[in-house]
Amino acid sequence: MTHAIRAEGLVKEFKGKRALDRVDLTARKGTVLGVLGPNGSGKTTSVRILATLLRADGGYAEVGGFDVLRRPHEVRRLIGLTGQYAAVDEELTGTQNLVLIARLLGFDRAQARARSAELLEGFALSDAADRPTKGYSGGMRRRLDLAASMIGRPALLYLDEPTTGLDPHSRNELWEVVRRQVENGVTVLLTTQYLEEADHLADDLVVLDHGRVISEGTPEQLKDRAGTQVLELRTSEADQLGTAVKVVETVTSSPVSDDGITARVPVTDSAMLPEVVRRLDEQGVAVGELSLRKPSLDEVFLALTGQPAEPRGTDEETSA
Amino acid sequence: MSTVTTDSPTGPTEPSLTAPPNVTPLRTAHQGLQLAWRSVLKVKANPEEVLGLILQPVMFVTLFVFVFGQAMMGDWQAYRDFLMPGIIAQSVIFATLGTGFSLSQDVEKGIFDRFRSLPIARSAPLVGAILGDLVRYTITVVMVLVVGLAIGFRPEGGALGVVAAGALILLFAFALCWMSAFVGMIVRTPMSVQAFGMILMFPLTFGSSAFVAPESMPSWLQTVAVNNPVSHVIDAMRGLMVGGDVAGPLLWTLVWTAIITAVFFPLAAWAYRRRT
Repeated sequence: MTHAIRAEGLVKEFKGKRALDRVDLTARKGTVLGVLGPNGSGKTTSVRILATLLRADGGYAEVGGFDVLRRPHEVRRLIGLTGQYAAVDEELTGTQNLVLIARLLGFDRAQARARSAELLEGFALSDAADRPTKGYSGGMRRRLDLAASMIGRPALLYLDEPTTGLDPHSRNELWEVVRRQVENGVTVLLTTQYLEEADHLADDLVVLDHGRVISEGTPEQLKDRAGTQVLELRTSEADQLGTAVKVVETVTSSPVSDDGITARVPVTDSAMLPEVVRRLDEQGVAVGELSLRKPSLDEVFLALTGQPAEPRGTDEETSA
Repeated sequence: MSTVTTDSPTGPTEPSLTAPPNVTPLRTAHQGLQLAWRSVLKVKANPEEVLGLILQPVMFVTLFVFVFGQAMMGDWQAYRDFLMPGIIAQSVIFATLGTGFSLSQDVEKGIFDRFRSLPIARSAPLVGAILGDLVRYTITVVMVLVVGLAIGFRPEGGALGVVAAGALILLFAFALCWMSAFVGMIVRTPMSVQAFGMILMFPLTFGSSAFVAPESMPSWLQTVAVNNPVSHVIDAMRGLMVGGDVAGPLLWTLVWTAIITAVFFPLAAWAYRRRT
């Protein structure tokens, strides 16, 4: 198996605080490695080390077979980086931004113009090509930033929280771009705080929390690992929910949570479903809706870290 | 897995074949020029900045000449001729703050991360920023001169003297750029670069021979002003433009330029590598 990225035991400290604590990361060629975690979990630090922007205090990392510390120039020839914030020059036009990068990469004037026009076209920015980017919308800036990172046709694309702050439409567009890149054989390193995004794009996932890898695998494996399945139940009559909760608690012998409308419980054995139905029937509870599903990544994260992945309102936190 | 690898990374797609395979002085120069062009484009894209570059000299020259002229020398024309070299130097020295300011901005906005993740020479963004700024300083010099000429300044040194004086202040500014770049890299935000820079630049320019002859200052300040590198630059410029001793101050200027560069170029390069 060939690895596009291989990092072992990465350690990074900032002013005595451990940002990364022996992190291992492996990305197979031509796949998307998702790095999932809340703010401050070490995602960006990992990307910066793999992009040769930051030196690790310990551990080893190679990209495309090149040691990031000893062969940074070769690593930089392989990668395209899109940061958390859109790193485009606000006072330059879209074309000027892209031509500059292309020229720096050694394209001659004509090649640079052609490549910029091609990318602007591909990212639906042709109309805005000659306008300063400070007039661009957030989505347009992200697309331009992504275009800038793709000028040299990099074999690896690093996307550090590429959709943070984007509206759903722009986000879907960006996902489409990432998928097309992967189809063309590009390896993608994607960091995100959005579980849905990781679920959609990543072939493999690493979950980071406080600088440590707390779980890894495919999105499916992660969902399996966090247990279990989730049983969800609604009663036809709202006042029967209390009875239903007691029944389910007896059968599953796990605490059931309910929000007044739906009762939820993680279950390990789907064979208990008929038993639940039989008992509910005995108690005369009319079932409105009953389902067994895989937990969402949100629930997975909660199970793995003991805390929600995304910051929530305090009212929800206290009721949880 | 072995860490020994071949030198031809076989990426899933063709790796960027056009990307420069290694760093050579020629490529560094080319990349530096590309990035300098970026600074020029930014000036062009910013009519307000161009206006500022033009109006500031107009304001300074007219204010100083007409407000202080009569009081200083009893004759505003005489003060004008004394002042012009000083005010050219002062305008350019203040403009060097822009180098640190824009570098700090680039770091803050993540633009430097992009540059640093490209297979280009490490020093190219720094060199490019400073080359680009020299264009701005040249505009400043020309603008102050134009205003001076408009109010009757006729340098005795002629075109040659003026060009030589202009070249000298640009050389000195090039040295100061590294200081500004250093400040830009160690101070956290662009705003504090400006604040910090002002505190540095005001005493440096006003505590010199730019606006008044040091002989009229209290003796302690006189000692400072006479030994201030800015005084040497201005004295040399004055000699070249309106007559007077050239050789002594010129030598001192070159010595100071060398010292400032020798100290702040490595510091700026170090701070640049360290930052982020």
